Amino acid sequence: MYAKVLVLRFPPEIVDKPIITNLVRSYNLTFNILKAQIFPRKEGLMVLELRGNKLDYDRGIEYLKRIGVRIEPIDQSIKRDDEACFQCGACTAVCPTGALYIKRPEMEVIFDSERCSGCEWCVKVCPAHAMTVTLSEAE
Amino acid sequence: MGVVKSYEEINEKIQQGKVVVITAEEMTQIVKDRGTKYAAQEVDIVTTGTFAPMCSSGAFVNFGHTQPPIKAHRVWLNDVPAYAGLAAVDFYIGATEPSVDDPLNKIHPGLFQYGGGHVIHDLVSGKPVRLKAEGYGTDCYPNRFVEKTVYLKDLPNAVLCNPRNAYQNYNCAVNLSSKTIYTYMGVLKPKLGNANYSTSGCLSPLLNDPYYKTIGLGTRIFLGGGVGYVVWHGTQHNPGVPRNEKGVPRAPAGTLMLLGDLKQMQPRWLVGVSILGYGCSLAVGVGIPIPILNEEMAYYTGVGDEDIVTQVKDYSFTETEPLGEVSYAELKRGVIKVMGKEVPTVPLSSYIRAKEIAESLKTWIKEGRFFLGKPQELLPCSTET
Ligand code: SF4
Ligand code: SF4
Repeated sequence: MYAKVLVLRFPPEIVDKPIITNLVRSYNLTFNILKAQIFPRKEGLMVLELRGNKLDYDRGIEYLKRIGVRIEPIDQSIKRDDEACFQCGACTAVCPTGALYIKRPEMEVIFDSERCSGCEWCVKVCPAHAMTVTLSEAE
Repeated sequence: MGVVKSYEEINEKIQQGKVVVITAEEMTQIVKDRGTKYAAQEVDIVTTGTFAPMCSSGAFVNFGHTQPPIKAHRVWLNDVPAYAGLAAVDFYIGATEPSVDDPLNKIHPGLFQYGGGHVIHDLVSGKPVRLKAEGYGTDCYPNRFVEKTVYLKDLPNAVLCNPRNAYQNYNCAVNLSSKTIYTYMGVLKPKLGNANYSTSGCLSPLLNDPYYKTIGLGTRIFLGGGVGYVVWHGTQHNPGVPRNEKGVPRAPAGTLMLLGDLKQMQPRWLVGVSILGYGCSLAVGVGIPIPILNEEMAYYTGVGDEDIVTQVKDYSFTETEPLGEVSYAELKRGVIKVMGKEVPTVPLSSYIRAKEIAESLKTWIKEGRFFLGKPQELLPCSTET
């Protein structure tokens, strides 16, 4: 089983096509939508976790690219400024996926961007403004 | 009575490079392994540390006389109001003051992007800060308005002066209500969703000297990355709370008023913070050296996370009585039990940074750059309740 959180950006022409349904039907993949949004100029954005066996997964990605979907790994859109982060842990109260977690007993706050869903809770909660998410910007 | 050392003897050892200094975390282990007698013989100083938002913080600044002179009646720094009810060009900038156009909690929870704590951080970072001052005009101070860019290095005086820092122990906060609340103890999810706490446990300064036997007026400390002093007990200093058999208070107790020259402090240790739905503040780094004058001090500094307890309190005003008592060791493990429910714990105070402070102070002392300040008066300590 292979699973990855991806940011998909849909150009306006295909934003209303049943793309995710096709992924499920033809490529045997399951998904979990973490965020979906359509911007004023009709580009679409979706953050989703895609699961399946590696072969199906690769073919699914191939399909998405072919029809014009831009695919970015989530860690391109969410960042922690490690200079600004002072390792308090406040963000772990709200992070729903465990992407921000505490390594014990050292009490080090780790950011594992692979587990991030782009919910942006940490951006508001971090007292030091160390977390930035650029997902919601149309490109 | 075993070993007895004086402040002078320990400072002499620092001078000669012979001082033995370790962190409070290391001391806990030594006392556990070898006992207080051995620890008192071998160790001269134990360093502590804490790094967390401390709202009762701010700085006194003098911005220098202008030409023509002004008696500043109102002052703003990067649009954050300062208190100017002092002599002509003196003011106090407080950590929690939001900037004038901050929407506050109008759209709840407010973000509080920039405030007094951020101004202090910017000053210490060497960044330019826009100063505006208004005066009402007098015969001796005819100027009515000044606007200029200032840098910390050019200000005649800037002194960090925090009326209440380094709380000796603090509550663990939970929320019993059915909606999320936004507090100075962080975000609290409904129905015991999380339990937030803010102390550095065995590294915490006042928990290593629970009866203030070595801390008082004139104690030299690590403050904001530079050198500072304990100048008084802090506001709300309350030594009379119940304590456990090791003398550790079971609830918020002692506090410190701290002071130091802002110009020698560092931005890493004075960080402006925004607390969602609550306000602005300043995260302050504080480290206090505890001299091991005798076996008793070895005993106190041997305090471990399992010896430190605190009260779990509901911050939603549903329940006023404490919901239970937990140890810092449990809090640090990540889950506590409250009313039969397992609740994940969330620290607000940085243990990693607290440790870094204790280590820095250790290095300063080892390298002969920092000497103990002998207190002229100890903090008030009446413990009867
Ligand atoms: S809340 Fe911000 S400063 Fe604190 S650990 Fe998380 S990212 Fe770092
Ligand atoms: S955006 Fe922040 S809070 Fe949300 S999942 Fe990612 S790391 Fe966690």
